[in-house]
Amino acid sequence: MVKASHLKKVYRAGEIDLEVIKDFSLEINEGEFVSLVGPSGSGKSTVLNMLGCLDTPTSGEIIIDGVSTKEMSRTQRANFRGENIGFIFQSFNLIPVLSVYENIEYPLIMIQNLSESERKSRVLKLLEEVGMLEQKDKTPDKISGGQMQRVAIARALVTNPKIIFADEPTANLDSKTAYMIIELMKKIQKEHQTTFIFATHDEKIVANVDRLITIVDGEIVEEKRMSK
Amino acid sequence: MNNILKISYRNLKRNGRRTILTASLITIGVVFVLIYTALSGSFKSYTVGQITDSLMGHIQIHKKGYVASVDNLPLDKNLNAKMLEFIEPQLKENALIESFSYRIKFGAMFSNFTSTTNIRLNAINPEQEFKTLPLLEGRITDMNVTLKQGEIIVPELLIKGMDVKIGDTIVLVANNKNGSVNGINLKVAGILGQLMGPGGRDGYIHMEDAKKALRMNNDLEVSEIVIRLKDVEKLKIAEKSLQPILEKVNKEGKSVFEIHTWQQLSPFYNIIKMIDIMNISIQIILISIVLISILNVMMMSVFERVREIGTIAAMGTPPLTIVKLFLSEGLMLGVFGAVVGSVLSLGVVYLLNIVKITYSFGQQSGLELAPKLSLGEIGSVSLVVILISLVASISPAIKASRLDPVEALRSY
Repeated sequence: MVKASHLKKVYRAGEIDLEVIKDFSLEINEGEFVSLVGPSGSGKSTVLNMLGCLDTPTSGEIIIDGVSTKEMSRTQRANFRGENIGFIFQSFNLIPVLSVYENIEYPLIMIQNLSESERKSRVLKLLEEVGMLEQKDKTPDKISGGQMQRVAIARALVTNPKIIFADEPTANLDSKTAYMIIELMKKIQKEHQTTFIFATHDEKIVANVDRLITIVDGEIVEEKRMSK
Repeated sequence: MNNILKISYRNLKRNGRRTILTASLITIGVVFVLIYTALSGSFKSYTVGQITDSLMGHIQIHKKGYVASVDNLPLDKNLNAKMLEFIEPQLKENALIESFSYRIKFGAMFSNFTSTTNIRLNAINPEQEFKTLPLLEGRITDMNVTLKQGEIIVPELLIKGMDVKIGDTIVLVANNKNGSVNGINLKVAGILGQLMGPGGRDGYIHMEDAKKALRMNNDLEVSEIVIRLKDVEKLKIAEKSLQPILEKVNKEGKSVFEIHTWQQLSPFYNIIKMIDIMNISIQIILISIVLISILNVMMMSVFERVREIGTIAAMGTPPLTIVKLFLSEGLMLGVFGAVVGSVLSLGVVYLLNIVKITYSFGQQSGLELAPKLSLGEIGSVSLVVILISLVASISPAIKASRLDPVEALRSY
């Protein structure tokens, strides 16, 4: 599903080149629940951004579902993300002027341009799955952090992406809510057979993943499959 | 597109106070421009109407070289009967022409038997002249407008200066084109009010009296032909339609006639042009207000929503869609300002017409302004505002679309 070969990412800071990712190679299979862990500044988010086509590697190649992202333009990458990738953010990043329903519907309107009836059926189904049907008309400022992340999960899933990338999805939640969110994600991953790739510190997520990849200083230092 | 507009509308509502302030500024600008346009248009059309309908007509035809020496009122540059025979059928057949009038213009001595001064005279056929200059009648006081033979309409300036009154007999003494001097007695039948400003030594007499004074034989000779058009807006087309007259050449191959529009003959046309330039200047100020307001508010909007832009970009919103989102926000501000401004302007114009503003111009006072707004004026101002709103939004929209999603998502 995702194949990263010899990724390298160099940032220029003044006169100095900082190599934050060094010869990073990785393969993730369809339907896997994978976590990238590592200390702060280890390069987890950078890897996630590159795999998610938000950022481009300085060198190396990423192939997602058989498609190389190397030569893609900005617009092609945007379209590719819209069709194949979903994102869940640490700060939920819901659009404040839209209701819960409209936030979930947004990618279907702006990116996939689906008919209203198709949009409605998909959004209502997901609202039910994440338990937010009753709050569908509320704006993000009227719901809790846990509810916001549920909405964000539904929004990430609504385009039927092949992969979902989540950067610290539970970092802004209390432990009880974080646990519920992880359970929800795991349930959805099983039901939808969607590939989930996380960057996290959260032990609760780590305990639930299929594979754990530890990154230190831009390199994979450990990779282990977790027992179910 | 509907969804983009819906989201843009909500984004504008998010900062309601700022949106209202910006839209109000644009609205005030639109009102200011439209009211100025209505008032200056009223002044312009009144004054142009006075000039064309009581003095010059819309177009004049002369013998070549007459206008260059018009101050001397030359009688040797008159249009003779043969020339008139050539011109008259063309004027009668021209569908754009409402009417035309012949005039003999000449200078004479005006005497009340105790003192003498000079006067410029327009010898006319009253019926033709009053049809061609419908407002002329309004400038003449104390007179039955059918100027008869043996009567003279004296300019107000001479009435005061020469101490003559209606019913008095005066003597006109004039030289004809051969230098022969002749005098005729005429009765003062009316006073010609001044059009604007000081000056005005033009009087009117009957064409037949001029023929006597100038000892013209039976062949008609006139200094000019004054033309009134059915629609003054078609001035240029009408001028072009008279081209065959201009193309008439003499044996030496030189033009026989010259044709001038009122714009070419009246110095007031420069004032009209100044009013138009001021109108454009006011519109430029409006454009600046709209440009700066929208540019400012849209830039603020982009800076405030960097993270949000990063989010929608990360989800896969193409850069062009992000551009459309911000352009439609600017467009909405412009449309709101243009629509509300136009409605308010129509209201203000309606009120101004009820209140009736008067003004003085030159010797005339108590002139009433009758401001009005045409759909064309409202449409053009609105279109400019909407276009400028779009233009002002381009830079912020492009900036938003070019934000790096990774950087944008990191921002707080």
